[in-house]
Amino acid sequence: MQVTMTVNGDEVTRDVEPRMLLVHFIRDELGLTGTHWGCDTSNCGTCTLWVDGEAVKSCTVLAAMAGGRDVHTVEGVAQNGELDAVQQGFLEEHGLQCGFCTPGMIMTAKWLLERDPDPDEGTIREAISGNLCRCTGYENIVRAVRWAAEHPAGADEEVSA
Amino acid sequence: MQVPDVFEYERASSVDDAIALLEKHGDEARLIAGGHSLLPMMKLRLAVPEVLIDINDLEGLDHIRIDGDEIAIGAMVRHAALLESALLAEHYPIFADAERVIADPLVRNRGTIGGSFCQGDPAEDLASVGTALRGSAVIRSSAGERTVPIREFHQGPYETAVGDAEMLVELRFPIRTHIGSAYAKVERRVGDWAVAAAGAFVQLDGDQIADVGIGLTAVGADGFTCPEAEDLLRGGPATPERFADAAQLCHDLCAPVTDQRGPEDYKRHLARELTRRVLHRATARARGEES
Ligand SMILES: Cc1cc2nc3c(=O)[nH]c(=O)nc-3n(C[C@H](O)[C@H](O)[C@H](O)COP(=O)(O)OP(=O)(O)OC[C@H]3O[C@@H](n4cnc5c(N)ncnc54)[C@H](O)[C@@H]3O)c2cc1C
Ligand code: FES
Ligand code: FES
Repeated sequence: MQVTMTVNGDEVTRDVEPRMLLVHFIRDELGLTGTHWGCDTSNCGTCTLWVDGEAVKSCTVLAAMAGGRDVHTVEGVAQNGELDAVQQGFLEEHGLQCGFCTPGMIMTAKWLLERDPDPDEGTIREAISGNLCRCTGYENIVRAVRWAAEHPAGADEEVSA
Repeated sequence: MQVPDVFEYERASSVDDAIALLEKHGDEARLIAGGHSLLPMMKLRLAVPEVLIDINDLEGLDHIRIDGDEIAIGAMVRHAALLESALLAEHYPIFADAERVIADPLVRNRGTIGGSFCQGDPAEDLASVGTALRGSAVIRSSAGERTVPIREFHQGPYETAVGDAEMLVELRFPIRTHIGSAYAKVERRVGDWAVAAAGAFVQLDGDQIADVGIGLTAVGADGFTCPEAEDLLRGGPATPERFADAAQLCHDLCAPVTDQRGPEDYKRHLARELTRRVLHRATARARGEES
């Protein structure tokens, strides 16, 4: 079947099987391998992206179900080659080690900050509770999100501060 | 890699269209809402529908509103909206108690109340919330609408009152005064299904319990509840001793099984302890002593 959706602002159309999962559509059909694929069972959250502004686990959404919708992946986060505040926060606070969980963490953190620009630690921990990280122990990830909350303009603000 | 078996995909444009598609494709067709129960089952080939009918485009199913003397919740309301609803927080904090411990925020962005009820999983938290509150379910077919008490909705594990060419469109909960409600769950790790959980509402008339509802999750309780415990409490004073007696009945009459989430006796213990706690908290809320 033909599926058309908007991904990071661009309209894309592909001919796919109805059973294709959104994570595979994004990675294999579009070559956007920033969205990772881990547990396959909606537990790890590394496949998190946005569908119509909501952060969801793309291993548990059909590509067909995303037809006509607005999808955002980690590739669309940086603008004009500039990291956004959340990405910069991960850099500043050493929020990643192997990086496997990072795309999902970033998409969830951005979703949180859109709704709550100044979350406390507990709120951040709750928000990322569907994203597993086997490396960092979460401490630096929480700090990275706090950094982003404190520097909404990202690196620009850091330079001028 | 887990991939579902092949199927045909249809997207419904309205409730009537969804029902017409169900009629056209017969019992090999299934509705898909959030897909967060159905797709995992399809990946494991525990469900092998030949046709999936996507109901995410349907309008008029995402309301949480007062309708007469009831609160009406559309079948496509996502968990996240239930968690954040000010109306539910005011009338039935049991919903937010339960939603806070259902899965994680990403799953809650996708899963729906209709899917939760229709899945009929014995560990589904909202099923025992609805049972405790003695709500009702509005089911539509091409012949029209019918209303089924939630206590008759779940007919066994993964079996509900919704027929082949029918769709759940709304859940309704009576508005009660002088009441409090609460939910408590024990899980092995954050976001997991319940080892056991309990929910309750308590309606007070002075110090007396005018009415009470109990819901029990994942402990094999008949119909997700324990009417004997409710009968024991109704019409008597709201005291810790009587809560303990009622909780003991839940312990004695439920029928949990030992599985990877825990042994049978531990689950019975939880059924008792969590029932006791939610009766306390619901009563404290009814008295305005706790938010
Ligand atoms: C990782 C993970 C953890 C979870 N943890 C919990 C938990 O702790 N507690 C808990 O209660 N749940 C939990 N869930 C389940 C979650 O609540 C699901 O979202 C919910 O059970 C199903 O909702 P859905 O909209 O995704 O349903 P779907 O998967 O779309 O559908 C489920 C079933 O209901 C049918 N259906 C859906 N809508 C309708 C309708 N309107 N009319 C008729 N039939 C319909 C479908 O045909 C299907 O058979 C978890 C899920 C995941 C993936
Ligand atoms: S791959 Fe989607 S949650 Fe793990
Ligand atoms: S950085 Fe390795 S899993 Fe998170």
